[in-house]
Amino acid sequence: MAVDEHAPTTGVRWIGRDLKRREDPALLTGAATFVNDFALPGMLHAAVLRSPHAHARITAVRTERARELEGVVAVLTGRELAEVIEALPRFCAEEVVEHAVAVDKVRYAGEAVAVAVAETRYLAEDALDLVDVSYAPLPPLVDMVAAADPGAALVHENLGTNVVFEKTFTHGDVEGDFARAAHVVHRTLRWPRAMAAPMEPAGAVCAFDRARGRLDVHSNSNMLNFAAWVLSATLNLPPEQIDFHPMYTGGSFGSKHLPAKAIAIAGALAQATGRPVKFMEDRADNLLANDAQGPDRLYQSALALDADGRFLSVRHDVMDDYGAYFIFAVAGNTNAMAQTTGPYAIGSCETAVRAVLTNKNQQGVYRGAGSDVGNWALERLVDAAAEDLGIDGVELRRRNLLRPDQFPHKIPTGNLYDSGDYPAVLDKALAHAELEFWRAEQARGRGQGRYIGIGVATAQQRSTYSSTEFWFHNPGPFVGMSTTAESVRIGIGPTGGVSVTMFSPFWGNSPETVVAQLVAEELQIDPETISIGYDSTAHGLPSAGPGGSRMTVMLSGAVRGAAAKVREKMLQIAAHQLEASPEDMELADGAVRVRGVADPARAISIADIGMKAYWYKADLPDGMESGLEGSFTYDHPYTTLPSDDRTDLGVFYPVMGHGVHVAVVEVDVETGHVHFLKYLAVHDVGTVVNPRSLAGQIRGGIAQGLGVTLMEHVRHDAEGHALSGSFEEYLMPLASDVPTVEVLHHETPSPFTAHGVKGGGEGGRMIAPCAITTAVEDALRPFGARVDALPITPDQIVAWAHP
Amino acid sequence: MNPTVRTIELTVNGRRRHAAVEPRRLLSDCLREDLGLTGTNLGCEQGVCGSCTVSVDGSTVRSCLMFAVQADGSDVRTVEGLAGDSALDPVQAAFWEHQGLQCGFCTPGMLMTAHELLERNPTPDEEETREALSGNLCRCTGYQHIVDAVQAASREVGHGR
Repeated sequence: MAVDEHAPTTGVRWIGRDLKRREDPALLTGAATFVNDFALPGMLHAAVLRSPHAHARITAVRTERARELEGVVAVLTGRELAEVIEALPRFCAEEVVEHAVAVDKVRYAGEAVAVAVAETRYLAEDALDLVDVSYAPLPPLVDMVAAADPGAALVHENLGTNVVFEKTFTHGDVEGDFARAAHVVHRTLRWPRAMAAPMEPAGAVCAFDRARGRLDVHSNSNMLNFAAWVLSATLNLPPEQIDFHPMYTGGSFGSKHLPAKAIAIAGALAQATGRPVKFMEDRADNLLANDAQGPDRLYQSALALDADGRFLSVRHDVMDDYGAYFIFAVAGNTNAMAQTTGPYAIGSCETAVRAVLTNKNQQGVYRGAGSDVGNWALERLVDAAAEDLGIDGVELRRRNLLRPDQFPHKIPTGNLYDSGDYPAVLDKALAHAELEFWRAEQARGRGQGRYIGIGVATAQQRSTYSSTEFWFHNPGPFVGMSTTAESVRIGIGPTGGVSVTMFSPFWGNSPETVVAQLVAEELQIDPETISIGYDSTAHGLPSAGPGGSRMTVMLSGAVRGAAAKVREKMLQIAAHQLEASPEDMELADGAVRVRGVADPARAISIADIGMKAYWYKADLPDGMESGLEGSFTYDHPYTTLPSDDRTDLGVFYPVMGHGVHVAVVEVDVETGHVHFLKYLAVHDVGTVVNPRSLAGQIRGGIAQGLGVTLMEHVRHDAEGHALSGSFEEYLMPLASDVPTVEVLHHETPSPFTAHGVKGGGEGGRMIAPCAITTAVEDALRPFGARVDALPITPDQIVAWAHP
Repeated sequence: MNPTVRTIELTVNGRRRHAAVEPRRLLSDCLREDLGLTGTNLGCEQGVCGSCTVSVDGSTVRSCLMFAVQADGSDVRTVEGLAGDSALDPVQAAFWEHQGLQCGFCTPGMLMTAHELLERNPTPDEEETREALSGNLCRCTGYQHIVDAVQAASREVGHGR
């Protein structure tokens, strides 16, 4: 596929400006409409009854008493709902079928078994109290190792096994590199199940027009066009008869790409009742059954080094607990293959993936999407090597970093790193880290019974995914989707006003601010004058929404393409009017003028051009169509297809960011509390469009990375009952837990993207666990603690210190 | 109509309002659905996250943990009552200036908590600020920008006194 090359942008005026977000006033005053704030006349409310059992046959569901309750419109079992809609979307090749409400069998505690729809949510919940479900419990599969045993009970009987996927991806001469290694370090590592848990649960308001056969969906999906397409099969309607409307999205972190179950339930009930239906997850619904739990992995990992401490090869044997369903197949593992070798020059690598089904809510996508875990496993190995070889961890990393002259760099898996200057990022971090001071503090503290630790991590933050990552794990030859496009429309009205339309919604970042800056840059106008809106899928252009740190990159490309079209037309109109050549014209200060000529007589304002374009056909060049707008659909900038034998997975995540984090912690070995003395993050995500927005993403991501490192854990008891159904049980970082983070940037523009932008939405979360783990381990070195598993709980710390 | 429904009278953002509610109706639902004030968001309805925080008679409460009938006769303030007709109040303005929000869902609760803090302690230091905000969960920001905003607002509000 074509590579969109261009020189880095210089002399920019609006890109890089630290502008306040234009999204904020509506959010600050309570004026923004989230999906739960949205209502339609005659709207009903749905509620879901959930299974207390992790694994059981449903032998009977009796809904008669519930149906009789005044104000209740319908109560449906899974079987009844399956007569209205089809199974949920799935991207796996395997026959793992999931329904919005369970049919005949429940596979995790919290799975839906019935839905009620009533005049109010209170009445819908009252109705659920009157539903009687009989279960015949089956053996719960809580431990993935036990579930992988051939004699284990089966989550899906049709598969004949719980090991739903098993494949070894070998890239390069792994065996040879390990054979010739002077040193090999091994670690068994355990990454815990965590989850996205945005503050706003998922939900939808669906309205079905029976006369037209058309469904309107107001939801907090952040992948509108994609959702409309993939959910059409579930909803039994053609995609063009479903209109997904953009709403403010109260955080997603991967959890609201589809929210398939919420939309399916509201959509089915709207079709069944003929009235608009709202279904909002409550918090328990979200924590127990949202399908946005992250990787739950056991690694047997090894790093091969030569006698000089240079990395030769890395090998991971991964067992991953996917829970009860398999919506995105092993995308969380293939995602990590975008950067298996990290920022280091490593000649070969291997990842063996065994995906196991158990009786838990399934994995979905959570910020980092599996690359968070890959980073952590690799950095654990590097720390282990430093320890075993007696080399300073920072020195060992520096020795192995890719050099600036090695880009673009194709890593063994087949993915390509576009650009970078990793030694410069490390230098910048060290210049601000004050490591000598902290080493001295550490030494001084140990004499006083204080345990200070320092962690430095150098790691990747891949951005801008290509859709091949969702299918290349299947045997070739097979050609699946090959682009993931994003579009923008720019219109200039008859008075010169510029309006921009996006086709992916607001999700918590700053799409409007960023697009305003980009359009201002392209058209040389003031961003404050630009009007920005969103359109629904029925009127929309291709889009895939935020995910995989793609939006700023994709919007930059789409804006550039759309702006070029309107600019070209404006130049032609102005040139015609001024009797000049379009090639001699330029846009400056809200007007088109003859290049370099400040004479107002040789310029025509955008407002005048707009007026002519709309209402004065006689002033336009011959044959020119009236109107002034440009749409552009920007394809993924650089994708190559995987080879049939999959020794080369192709280029699928080429826009490669990088970062260095330095954490300094003090661990209280009596309480197990981890207190931060310093946190520094230096990121390289190419050209920075809006520094404050990016800093917010980095700091927010670090807080989530801190969460999974020190406290977040989706836990189950031996019977498979979920112990994480509330925020009292599922602990997330509070204001008092998160440190002040110093953020610095080094900008290495991407050669493949508009303005050299790279994505920065996930790097904080992808790198923080590495640095914090290393810091805690370093603090507890006097006790010989080795951190092989997260989260590092206070109990664990106290146990290390007081064996 | 449900025979248990009771009429309550309360002052919301300076205006007298009435609502007919079942005794079990949460204040949060009454504000959002009966009185049309959807700025207050429901993050957990378990009393933990703080998104639904409002002020009742001068103290913050989690509106999901209070029945509407308990607010009968009370003076309630929500996020909609902070800004004047056109201008943001100093705390909102500081949140905008310092990007103390991303998705904005926890923001109304954060603003109410920040207001209570500044009313009781006009010059909180960073630790006091973090402590005061630690009953409100935010999943986007990492809190630092919120802390910055509250401290900036404290300087701003302090000048005004």
